[in-house]
Amino acid sequence: MKYTGAQILIESLIREGADTIFGYPGGVLLPIFDVLYDAKINFILVRHEQGAAHAADGYSRSTNKVGVCMATSGPGATNLITGIATAYMDSIPMVIITGQVLTTMIGNDAFQEADIIGITRPIVKHSYLLKDVADIARVVKEAFHIASTGRPGPVLVDIPKDISTETMSSPNYSKKVDIRSYNPTCLGHPMQIKKAINAIASSKKPIIYSGGGILSSNAAEELQKFVDITGIPVTSTLLGLGGFPGTHPLFLGMLGMHGTKYANYAITNADLVIAIGARFDDRVTGKIDEFVPKATVIHIDVDPASISKNVHAHIPIVGDAKCILQQLNKEAIPPKINDWIEQIEQWKKEYPLGYKKSGKLKPQFVVEKIYEVTGGNAIITTEVGQNQMWAAQYYKFDYPRSFLSSGGLGTMGYGFPAAIGAQVANPDMVVFDIAGDGSFQMNIQELATAIQYNLPVNVAILNNHNLGMVRQWQELFFNKRYSHTSMTVQPDFVKVAEAYGAEGIRVETEEEVVPALKRAISSKKPVVLDFWVEEEENVFPMVPAGASLTQMIEGMA
Amino acid sequence: MNHTISVLVENRLGVLARVSGLFSGRGYNIDSLCVGETDDPMISRMTIVTHGDNKIIEQIEKQLNKLIDVIKVMDVTKEDHVERELVLIKVGVDEGQRGKILEIVEIFRGKVIDVSPKTITVEITGDEGKINGITEMLKPFGVKELVRTGKVAVVRGEK
Repeated sequence: MKYTGAQILIESLIREGADTIFGYPGGVLLPIFDVLYDAKINFILVRHEQGAAHAADGYSRSTNKVGVCMATSGPGATNLITGIATAYMDSIPMVIITGQVLTTMIGNDAFQEADIIGITRPIVKHSYLLKDVADIARVVKEAFHIASTGRPGPVLVDIPKDISTETMSSPNYSKKVDIRSYNPTCLGHPMQIKKAINAIASSKKPIIYSGGGILSSNAAEELQKFVDITGIPVTSTLLGLGGFPGTHPLFLGMLGMHGTKYANYAITNADLVIAIGARFDDRVTGKIDEFVPKATVIHIDVDPASISKNVHAHIPIVGDAKCILQQLNKEAIPPKINDWIEQIEQWKKEYPLGYKKSGKLKPQFVVEKIYEVTGGNAIITTEVGQNQMWAAQYYKFDYPRSFLSSGGLGTMGYGFPAAIGAQVANPDMVVFDIAGDGSFQMNIQELATAIQYNLPVNVAILNNHNLGMVRQWQELFFNKRYSHTSMTVQPDFVKVAEAYGAEGIRVETEEEVVPALKRAISSKKPVVLDFWVEEEENVFPMVPAGASLTQMIEGMA
Repeated sequence: MNHTISVLVENRLGVLARVSGLFSGRGYNIDSLCVGETDDPMISRMTIVTHGDNKIIEQIEKQLNKLIDVIKVMDVTKEDHVERELVLIKVGVDEGQRGKILEIVEIFRGKVIDVSPKTITVEITGDEGKINGITEMLKPFGVKELVRTGKVAVVRGEK
């Protein structure tokens, strides 16, 4: 029997364990969509290709499986780019299938032709242009392997139309991958482990700074064990939230620009920083020269290029966070740090996270209530800006993969399609997109997708009628010159929801918040909650860009 | 300081774009770049001359290693090594100057590879010092064109 390239492609995806493709059809994909017509794989038709990429990302972050998305050549492929870049910056495993014009037409400026391999080169971990039907099975296998191992990331496979129609008789679905130039390290070097053990044992003011690597290597359990053994407090990056229980007494919350004061004080005063799966991003470190001035730095990361890139690591350990934590847990000696813990408790009491009540509905209050009503048993996605920071500050993420947010790229429009992807992967979970009125409008069209596939995702718009985070910066650093951040015209989100066939609820007072949230959770439909919140509320504490972490502004005048 | 980085890569479509894109995207400099097949036609060697402080060079090596198609990266500057570059220089010739030019070429052990009534083209191989030396010497005669291959390098001995 002869198989077409399209058949081999879909069979390869299924063999790699893909159960869902998020995508959008198009001319050069027709042979592949013909196979998808009765293939044993779930296909989610989005309304814009960017939605497909974010949904595949949300699917991946909520499961740690490889997300798969598909788009046609030219504009279909270019619409994926923001989603690919988002996944790349946050190290999310994803396989992207793009259609390409006929191999004989490549380079001729053919209809719907774009050099997507060239365009995406800086934002993928790797990419393939298929030129032979015999390569398809191997390339898909490699793509999944590369996407999901080492430091994960997106891998793009570009398939010209004639390759998907070409046939061959016995495709080689080999079980093994052999890439001589790609061998990610898992175990940490024993010498480095020894050094780390000694540094931990003799430390007086240690702190763990954990990042998204805890989640990508499934190391939450190991991290908790490490803390049980050593008693060292934990602060987390935005992407690391959920990697350590948010309600744990040794958890200090997020650090950095909008981190808690006590986390920022603790890391600045620490004598030992144990960075695990984090990359010392500028939003975390503030002024780099004044970051962890007194500390010995242990940096555990699977990507050697992340180590000593921004902050010098005294004890670098290259490898997988899970493997290395297991190694450390075998030998770790708890340090004597009672005074340090007391000091941190003092800071926690002195500088708690908080906001001022006024007569108006506060966005932080809404986030607190989402936490209370769901009991933390939900998947929270966010858009980018104030909504994202309030979600990170006021919701307690106790479980891995319960917080999905675009950290590195900071992509507005991410949260809603990501929520759809997460809901597809976790049909029984409550999913909330904590959104802003600006961000939600960037991918609002995906409401139709949610309706079509009966996905009861909830959107909580913290509607301040402004591009709030930029407005905040204008208020604080640009003399309140509010240049083009006010959204004076916006749709009636309740009616928009209803027009799509979803539910819409407007909330303007504190009393209405909990009933509205309960209604949303019990509804079988997608629900858009339009919370009209205090327009001029700001995210605090805040470290101004370029300042050191201890120079936090509070703004509660 | 200049560093000569030798990179073994899979001889595949787009590899050069991945490597050069990495340099431009991250703001690193390429002073020269030389690419060719090795004894194994599946593998190419890129010899890249770049500059930057130690931190930048370390990042360049690490980032190169991250590319899936890169097999091996080596900063040969750290080793005892030999570097060579081939240069073709076309010099303008006025009446009576030909002999002087030939003399210089002889001293530098260059080769004359083309002659016309008004030009001489010289081939010269050597390290940076030698290339700079002959270029300086030929300048007064009027260098019409200078074509360099970029450096290639090899570590001495068995390594």
